[in-house]
Amino acid sequence: MDTFLKKSISRRTVLGAGVMGAAVLAMPNILRAQDKSLKVGVYGGYFKDSFDKNIFPEFTKATGIAVESVAEPTGEAWLVQLEQAAKAGAAPADVSMMSQVAMLKGQTTKLWTPLDLAKIPNSKNLIDRFVNKYPDGSVAGIGAVSWYITLVTNTDVYKEAPISWAAFWDKANADKLGLLALVSNSFLLEITAKTFFGSTNALDTEEGLLKAFDKLAEVKPNVRLWYRDEAQFEQSLKSGEIPMGQYYHDVTGLAASEGHPVRSTFPKEGGVQDSGCWALSRASKKVDEAHIFIDYMSQPAIQATLSRKVGTSPTVKRELLDLSDKEFAAVSSDIEPIIPRYDLYTTKSDWLNQKWTELIVG
Amino acid sequence: MKREPPQSIADYGPLFFPAGMLLIFFVVPFGTMIAVSFFQRQEGGFYTPAFVFSNYERFLTAFFGGVLGFSLMLAVTVAICCVVLALPFTYLLSRLTRRLQVIWLVALLSVLSLSEVIIGFAWSTLLSRTAGLSNLLVKIGLLEQPVALFPSFGAVPTGMVYQALPYTILVLYPAIVRLDPTLMEAARTLGSSPIRAFFNVLVPALRNTIMATLIMVFIFALGSYLLPQILGRPQHWTLSVLITDQAIYQSNMPFAAAMAVFLVLVTLGLVALTLLIGRKGEKA
Repeated sequence: MDTFLKKSISRRTVLGAGVMGAAVLAMPNILRAQDKSLKVGVYGGYFKDSFDKNIFPEFTKATGIAVESVAEPTGEAWLVQLEQAAKAGAAPADVSMMSQVAMLKGQTTKLWTPLDLAKIPNSKNLIDRFVNKYPDGSVAGIGAVSWYITLVTNTDVYKEAPISWAAFWDKANADKLGLLALVSNSFLLEITAKTFFGSTNALDTEEGLLKAFDKLAEVKPNVRLWYRDEAQFEQSLKSGEIPMGQYYHDVTGLAASEGHPVRSTFPKEGGVQDSGCWALSRASKKVDEAHIFIDYMSQPAIQATLSRKVGTSPTVKRELLDLSDKEFAAVSSDIEPIIPRYDLYTTKSDWLNQKWTELIVG
Repeated sequence: MKREPPQSIADYGPLFFPAGMLLIFFVVPFGTMIAVSFFQRQEGGFYTPAFVFSNYERFLTAFFGGVLGFSLMLAVTVAICCVVLALPFTYLLSRLTRRLQVIWLVALLSVLSLSEVIIGFAWSTLLSRTAGLSNLLVKIGLLEQPVALFPSFGAVPTGMVYQALPYTILVLYPAIVRLDPTLMEAARTLGSSPIRAFFNVLVPALRNTIMATLIMVFIFALGSYLLPQILGRPQHWTLSVLITDQAIYQSNMPFAAAMAVFLVLVTLGLVALTLLIGRKGEKA
């Protein structure tokens, strides 16, 4: 079976397999027996459900490659599992959606198989920053989806939408904020730097970071909840218990469309744009299938579908998409985003974590 | 029936299975954890096998000392609250009819089926400003306007006591039911009031059980990491919360392991001390 998989697959084979795949889809028993399959790791819960429903069946229909989706935990638990499995030569998933920090950490142990862009022609559609590269220039991962963290408010409590992140520092908002509890997922240092020190370049030096920490300490009296779990904050935001905070633009929009009194605002300094990459574990033997999958996912049409059905922001250039202005505004914004300083979370992670914990716990 | 001391290896047979389980599911993982706690953390990566003390050094600061102290204090508070509540309750329960006892015990067992997450979210709703208990107080005129009772220090032990109380009662129950009822009757005929008899006869008779229950609830409460996050502010986070942060969010396994080993050692030390004091008290 290995030799079969190592053979490069021509376009014709793919098309042929597509027809075959469509034919066998009608017969689930045969589907299970077929060789061409790919295990894809996506964040469990809403993401996995949406992908299972809206994306993977279409992919199988188009390419004949059956997808077995694996629910991955958020945080870095999945990275640890992939790493340890790879040491044993196993891959719990061939392709996984990984956060940017996890991508960089995986790079240090060469966990990701370098991708061949010649086999991913659609990669030319991507916005440059969504191609994740090894220091030597080889490609470690390709942008899968991106999402925004924005300034959210309860519309019953705040009749007017705030316009700047500086609202977090407003003394009038004492004990009213819900913020993410970790330095590496709240990106509050970046927000502080952009809002008060011009840009995230202010975080280049240790002095700059300490200045940002000092500024951030002023927010503490306004924070009622430091949350790790999204549900913790979302419920309180909807009820007005905690009427302001940082949260995900897509989920807030979804809640607003269901009639909850919440709104998501892109502050004038920009929303925080975080993203996930598709990356291939070095223990995986499904290199060809993985390239086909990543290429498929990088098509503008698929990215548009993701925006419409899953609510993620596209990783391909705006002009290639057929999204209407309203559809685009629902998932993104033309205001220049704040891009997290992922490099800091690998080079200074322990120092940042220690300072951060002392800041919020102490 | 006379008990023979075991003669051959076969006589120890029944012990092999539990011993094996203990070895596989406790000794091996704990040994691994101790080993990892000495490994070298690689920032921006994972860890490499080594023998370094840096993980323990990082822990030995006033900051982590404070968090450890708070965790121990919280667990002791929860243990004492649980036993103080559960002891009279279980005693009264043991004097009910068999049928009522079964109903109570089934109700208590059903509380055990609730996960920590559900308990945390239920209490956060009960203590909220928008939907919580303070609204009832406003209705009956005791409060001007509803207030948020969480996150606060009070909310954390409240949730934890709620979670641990069924265990406490289930541990106390067999001992109290087996207690000779004539002890209390004797106290009463000698002129002692029910409350006096409870404290002067029942509590001393159950001394060892109470001690064991306190230790059990203490250890149970020490591992709690979800309720302090949901119901408390960051200064109410236990050491377990910080261990989770390091292990899951920072993938700093060596430091997480070092903190966990430290927590286990401190716990074992405290339990040993308690037992030692208990034994001395018995001799005196």
